[in-house]
Amino acid sequence: MTATATTRDVVGPGTKVGLRRVPRWGQALFVLGIWVLVWAVMRGQDTLILPGQAKTGLHDSMSQWKSDLIAGRDDNAFMQFTGWIADQIEAVGTWLQELVSEPAPPRPVPEIGWFGVVAVASWVGFAVAGWRIALLVLGSFLAFGLLGYWEDSMDTLIITFFSVAVALVVGLPLAVLMAKSTRVTAVVAPVLDLLQTMPSFNYLLPVFLFFGLGIPAGVVATVIYCTPPVVRIAAHGIRSVSGTTVEATDSVGQTRWQRLRKVELPMAKSTIVVGINQTTLAALAIVIIGGFINMPGLGGPVLDALTGQQTGNAFVSGLCIVIMAIMLDRTTTAASVHGEKLARSGTFDPRRHRIVLAVTGAVALVCVYYSRTYLKLAEFPESALGPAIGREMAMKVQSFADWFTSTFDAWTTAIKDVVSTFLLNPLQDLIANSPWYVTAVALTMLALVVSGLRPALITVVCLTGLYLSDLWNDSMITLTMTLVGALIVMILALVLGVAMARRPGVDLVLRPVLDAAQVMPAFVYLIPTLLLFGPTRFTAIVAGVIYAAPIAIKLVADGIARVSATTVEAAVSSGSTAWQVITKVQLPMARGNVVLAVNQGLLYVLSVVVIGGLVGAGALGYDSVLGFSQSQYFGKGIAAAGCIVLLGIMLDRFARGAVERQQRNNDILTRRPISGAI
Amino acid sequence: MSTTAEHEASQRLTNGHDATNAAVSVRALWKVFGPKAEQIVGSPEATLSRSELMTRTGCTVAVNDVSFDVAPGEVFVVMGLSGSGKSTLIRCLTRLIEPTAGEVLLDGEDVRDMSDTRLRELRRTHVSMVFQHFGLLPHRQVIDNVAYGLEIRGAKKKERHARAKEMVDLVGLTGYERSYPDQLSGGMQQRVGLARALAVDPSVMLFDEPFSALDPLIRRDMQKEVIRLHEEVGKTMVFVTHDLQEALKLGDRILIMRDGAVVQIGTPAEVVAQPADDYVRDFVSDVPRSHVLTLRYVMREPRPSDSDEGPVMSPDTIVRQAARAALASAHPVRVVENGQVIGIVDDDAILRVVVAEEGAPA
Repeated sequence: MTATATTRDVVGPGTKVGLRRVPRWGQALFVLGIWVLVWAVMRGQDTLILPGQAKTGLHDSMSQWKSDLIAGRDDNAFMQFTGWIADQIEAVGTWLQELVSEPAPPRPVPEIGWFGVVAVASWVGFAVAGWRIALLVLGSFLAFGLLGYWEDSMDTLIITFFSVAVALVVGLPLAVLMAKSTRVTAVVAPVLDLLQTMPSFNYLLPVFLFFGLGIPAGVVATVIYCTPPVVRIAAHGIRSVSGTTVEATDSVGQTRWQRLRKVELPMAKSTIVVGINQTTLAALAIVIIGGFINMPGLGGPVLDALTGQQTGNAFVSGLCIVIMAIMLDRTTTAASVHGEKLARSGTFDPRRHRIVLAVTGAVALVCVYYSRTYLKLAEFPESALGPAIGREMAMKVQSFADWFTSTFDAWTTAIKDVVSTFLLNPLQDLIANSPWYVTAVALTMLALVVSGLRPALITVVCLTGLYLSDLWNDSMITLTMTLVGALIVMILALVLGVAMARRPGVDLVLRPVLDAAQVMPAFVYLIPTLLLFGPTRFTAIVAGVIYAAPIAIKLVADGIARVSATTVEAAVSSGSTAWQVITKVQLPMARGNVVLAVNQGLLYVLSVVVIGGLVGAGALGYDSVLGFSQSQYFGKGIAAAGCIVLLGIMLDRFARGAVERQQRNNDILTRRPISGAI
Repeated sequence: MSTTAEHEASQRLTNGHDATNAAVSVRALWKVFGPKAEQIVGSPEATLSRSELMTRTGCTVAVNDVSFDVAPGEVFVVMGLSGSGKSTLIRCLTRLIEPTAGEVLLDGEDVRDMSDTRLRELRRTHVSMVFQHFGLLPHRQVIDNVAYGLEIRGAKKKERHARAKEMVDLVGLTGYERSYPDQLSGGMQQRVGLARALAVDPSVMLFDEPFSALDPLIRRDMQKEVIRLHEEVGKTMVFVTHDLQEALKLGDRILIMRDGAVVQIGTPAEVVAQPADDYVRDFVSDVPRSHVLTLRYVMREPRPSDSDEGPVMSPDTIVRQAARAALASAHPVRVVENGQVIGIVDDDAILRVVVAEEGAPA
């Protein structure tokens, strides 16, 4: 991609000047204006609406294909292969479940009771990240039990760890290969790109087809979704190991293997652990969504509670997810620096440390033994302190929620109505109620004007796919929701990002909140928004905004913070007002990051808006869920999944094209005088 | 200057050193970066200017037909501005960068013919290198950084730590064994780099601008350190620098490079007194000549009328050291080599060197 970019900017100065005459936003507005005019005349024609329960021949034939595939499962080699893999995963999964969460026959309880599990988990926390983390782990595990979700929490953890283990076994060698070979990178990087563009939700349906329901499908979907981060980040870490150090250690005659093991991997270790952290959180996110395909774990109860409008239960099970996310995040983050921190502390004595680990480990094993002997230590006790807490909390939250909704209903409805009337409805009217060909041409023109020829071509391809899927109208509604969400995200990002960058105090307060918010699986955000706004598309948009805002805000803030202090000083010394500094210096110089924030905003909102199909957002998300739940709608669900991918690619390339174009312009502007001097 | 003339010059200047006994012997070495690099070697295109060659072939000649010999125990300095190819040259000696053509003989064996195993063997035991940006392992303590070369070749932990400890003491870092590199100052980090290079007890040490990243005061300390170590351990050293003062201070001989080619090879006094061309002349114009020039370069032919009562000195005496005695005596200095008076240095000759220096622009 970069290669074409460079060849194209050779065309350079002449064309540049031509384009500059009318700025890009002006051209975009022009396109938009014409679109509105055409829409006013042709509104409502050829909108290709397909009602929720309706399906087309295409969808039916795909459902049929699925039925045939499943009927022919015993003859089809590929299906046999996936079936075999599913069996293996199932076996390991069941074994793990019987170890810590499910009764292991002939025992009425798991092999290791809660007491043993808590002890071992805390010990692991201590060993990898120190006693603070051990306490955090201890507290978290006790909370799972006390809130009444011990089994579900254990299931979620099992599948998360299982998937992360597989992801690392596959991902780390791949990362090393990528770091070493540009050819491997050229092949693997685009695949990773695509995998990361797709909303997590989308992996479920195809996986469900080949691996059935439950743990196997869950693990496969999770592995596919959570492997890319660690590959990408670890490869980056290995590649950025200082060349001087590699050369210096080469000069004493090390072999390649010694170089990898003694120099590159240790030096990239903390980056690799960041990758593991990202992978773990991604895995958790999808394990939760896996409730859709009957995956054991916390996803199920949350999903049930959401569909049944039981805010209290949703809150308590959601709380378990939040605790788990924080626990996993803190533990992996602390683990990345723990070893070196110990060694640097000065008073560190490796032998004593080993003895402490051995003794505490023995204590944990004793706890395991007791948990196998006493029933009270095996099953989380149902007592005044037991799961009753969770139930009580659920009831309190429920009554609070009822009170809240009845009291503030007017307010939330007002907010919802204002956004719907002035933003959502008009935009949806324009995009979804224009004749499909008008919308298609308009979107392509916008891509061409804003992002360039390549993104425009990709837009054409994606739009063609959407048209062929027979889900044009639903796609356009989902697109509208995504755009509205991203717009709100960007308003938040610009306001808060600028505030963070300009005022250290704001940064100090906001950053930890954003960091914590980024750790949560998207699904969790549906719970409070559902409470506030009820089951509507607006709920999904708000959840998407909450999910996408942290990354966008941070990108803007970091982009502005990176603007050279000297430049800002120069602007201030020439008498600029604060507003002028922001609009004329800081934002333009941070434009790359701002556009990147738009990109991330669009993709994040899309992924949540789709999950929101469950809580009344309708459109593509709803079509997908229908595909899981009812066999005859499978074809429509798959088509919807395809549409979501196409929308994701289209939005991603659109925003990315804008960034690249931006950077090219900057390059040309900054390079020209230098090359002139030579 | 044409390549052949250069070659002759280098031949002439390396005379006196027996090439067969040289610790390092480089013959017609080339390094060309770019597509089809081999075709550039020795072709007419190699004489083109850099930018012209780049636009025509996409290649850069980093090392252009370089030959020299380094005697055992000698400190040989390669000097040039940035981009002159000196860092590439020193890396070609152990094939950290693969040369395009030519020979690199270490104790008579051609490095370019070595198998990977033999080359590793060479790097592990025979040649070690000190780098400009230290290249330390940030996740290892000083002692383990120093011991790295020994670890790589399979030394037991006890043994390598004992040796590393000795080296840490030798470079004056006693007490910092358990520190991490980022807890040390730049000068101290480079001492670690030195200790690491010394630990494998190499016969040849390579230095790639080791002190360029350091403060001037620290740099001076480190230069003294290298001189001291050279006196103590007597290794053959190839030292790359862009700093003429450093080159003159450390080098037994200096090779001056420009655009990848050798401009001049000679002792510090030769380079200052007889610059090979305007480039070198310009280079050495700011050098305090009295610190570098020896009497050999300021003496005149003896005449029968000369007094035979003046002080006697060797032709290798540096002017500054001779100045006080020469000016104090009423008679001119007699320069004596092998019992023969080979020249006379009068007050005028000394003053010309000292005064010219003070009159020179700073």
